[in-house]
Amino acid sequence: MSLELKNVSRTFNGITAVKNISITAEPGEIIGLLGTSGCGKSTVLRAISGLDNDYDGEISINGNTKKEVHDTTGFIFQEPRLLPWLPVLDNVTFGLKGSRAEKVQRAKEYLESVGLSGKEQLYPRQLSGGMAQRVAIARALVTSPEILLLDEPFSALDAFTKMQLQDLLLDVWNTYQSTVVLVTHDIDEALYLCDRIIVLRGQPGVIDTELVIKEERPRARGSQEMAEYKRKILDRLDLNNAHSYTS
Amino acid sequence: MAKNQSELASVLVTSRGVKQKSVRVKKQYKGLQSIMLGSILPIVLITVWELLSRIGFFPSYQLPAPTVIFQTIVGMAQDGTLWGHIGITTYRVFAGFVLGTIAAVILGSLVGFYKKAEQLFDPMIQAFRSIPSLAWVPLFILWMGIGEPSKVTMIAVGVFFPIYLNIVSGILGVDRKLIEVGKMYGLSTFQLVRRIILPASLPSFLVGLRSGLGLGWMFVVAAELMGASQGLGFLLVVGQNMSQPETIIASIILFAIIGKLSDWVLKKVETRSLHWQDRLVK
Ligand SMILES: Nc1ncnc2c1ncn2[C@@H]1O[C@H](COP(=O)(O)OP(=O)(O)OP(=O)(O)O)[C@@H](O)[C@H]1O
Ligand SMILES: [Mg+2]
Repeated sequence: MSLELKNVSRTFNGITAVKNISITAEPGEIIGLLGTSGCGKSTVLRAISGLDNDYDGEISINGNTKKEVHDTTGFIFQEPRLLPWLPVLDNVTFGLKGSRAEKVQRAKEYLESVGLSGKEQLYPRQLSGGMAQRVAIARALVTSPEILLLDEPFSALDAFTKMQLQDLLLDVWNTYQSTVVLVTHDIDEALYLCDRIIVLRGQPGVIDTELVIKEERPRARGSQEMAEYKRKILDRLDLNNAHSYTS
Repeated sequence: MAKNQSELASVLVTSRGVKQKSVRVKKQYKGLQSIMLGSILPIVLITVWELLSRIGFFPSYQLPAPTVIFQTIVGMAQDGTLWGHIGITTYRVFAGFVLGTIAAVILGSLVGFYKKAEQLFDPMIQAFRSIPSLAWVPLFILWMGIGEPSKVTMIAVGVFFPIYLNIVSGILGVDRKLIEVGKMYGLSTFQLVRRIILPASLPSFLVGLRSGLGLGWMFVVAAELMGASQGLGFLLVVGQNMSQPETIIASIILFAIIGKLSDWVLKKVETRSLHWQDRLVK
C-alpha cells in the first residue's frame, strides 16, 4: 500500500501544530518519525489514520484521498486503550472477522509472540502497564494491517521486551509487507527498524531532515554505521553536546 | 491498607495450596467481625428500648416495645393479611420501576446518541425534573382515579429521572479514546454502540437503576398514603387512624427490609456485571 502526504498542516484553535508535511512512502517501507515532545508527531499520525479529518492538505492511501478511516490501517496508540470489560483474548480478537475458533487461534498465536500466553482470561485491570501495551500491540498486529501506524508503541516496555517486540514487528512486516509509520523518541529504535527517518522540529513542527538508512536487515544494534547515523540525527536536534547520548 | 498488608504477609509465608484457603477463611472471619461490630449498636438500642418500655418510661400508646411490634408482624403473618400488603406494594414498585426504566432507557439513549434529540427533549425533561414529583399526585388521581394506574404512574415518574440522567451522562461520558479504537477497526455506528458505548456506559446505568429503585420505594409510600385499601403504606394510615403505633412501626420496618432486599438484588447484579471494573476492593 502506498501512502502519500501532500502539504499536510493541522491547526488547533488558531495554533498550528504541524505545517506543510509531505511524505511519500513506498509500499512496504518503514518510515520513522522522530522529534522532540510536542512537535506534532501524534498529530501527523492521527491525520494519516483518518481519526482526525480536520487537517489541511491531502493524504492519499493507495490513491484514495477520502478523509476517513481505511479498514486496512492498523493503529497502535501511545496508550494501550484496552477495553476494560473484555478479557485479554477478546481484546485481541476485537477487530478480527471470521469464525470464533479462527479468531481465537490467531489471537493466541500473537499473544504467544508478545509473551503473554496463559494470560488470555485476565482483565485489563489485572495487567501491568507493559503487559497492557503488549496486548495492544498484539491487537493491532493480529489483523495484519497493510498500513501500520505506531505511536511510540514500545516506550512503556523494558529494554529486553522492547527488542523482542521490535523483532516481532519486523517479522510481521516481512510476512505482510505492511507499510509502517513509526513515531518514536528512541533514535536507536528508529535506526534499527526504519528505511527512512524523518526528523520533525519546531513549533509548528516542520520536516527538518530526511535520512535514508540503506543498511540490510537484520541490522546489528549499535554498529559503527549506526553510531554515525545517530550522531547526525543528534546534530540535527542540537543535542550533541551531551556525551552520554552517543555511545 | 493494613488489612491488605497482613493478608499479603500471610500469603508470603504460607505455601501456595494453603494460601487461597487461608485468605478465604480470613475474609470470612473479617466479614463476620464487621457484621458483629455493626450489630452492637442496634442490639443495645433495642434492648434499652425494650427495657424502658417495660418499666413504662415510654407510654405504650406512643412507643410500644419492640416485642409488641414483632408480635404485630407475626400476627399479621399468621392471619395472612401481611402477604397481601407486601405483595401489592412490591407489585406497585415493580410495575412502576419497569415502566419508568423502559421510558428512561428509550429517551435517555435517544438524547445520549443524537444531538438533535438532545436539543428536542432535554430542555423539556430538565424543566419537568424541577417539579417536585409528588406535586403530580393530585393530577394523576384526577386523570386516572384512585386505583392502580395513578399509583404506578407516580412511581414510574419518580423512577424515571435518576435512570434517565445516569444513562445520558453515561453515554456522553464514554471515553473518546475507546471510541477511536472502535473506529480504527471500521465499526459502524450501530456496532460502536453495541460493542463500546453500551458496555462503557453500563456502570452509570446501574447506578441509575439503584437510585431509581430507591425513589420507587419512596414514592410508593406517598401513593399509598393518598388512598389505598391494601399495602404497606395503607398500614401506615390504618395505624394512624386507629392510634396503633405498633402497626406504623411494623410497616416502617417491613419497608426497610424489602427495600434493602431489592437493593441487595440490584447490587448483586451490579457486582456480577461490573467485575471487570478497576475499583478499590472493599
Ligand atoms: N486535540 C488537540 N487540541 C489542541 N491542541 C492539540 C491537540 N492535539 C495536539 N495538540 C497540540 O499539537 C501539538 C503537537 O501535539 P502532538 O500530540 O502531535 O505531539 P507529539 O509530537 O506527539 O508529542 P509527544 O512526543 O509528547 O507525544 C502540541 O503543541 C499540542 O498541544
Ligand atoms: Mg505523541
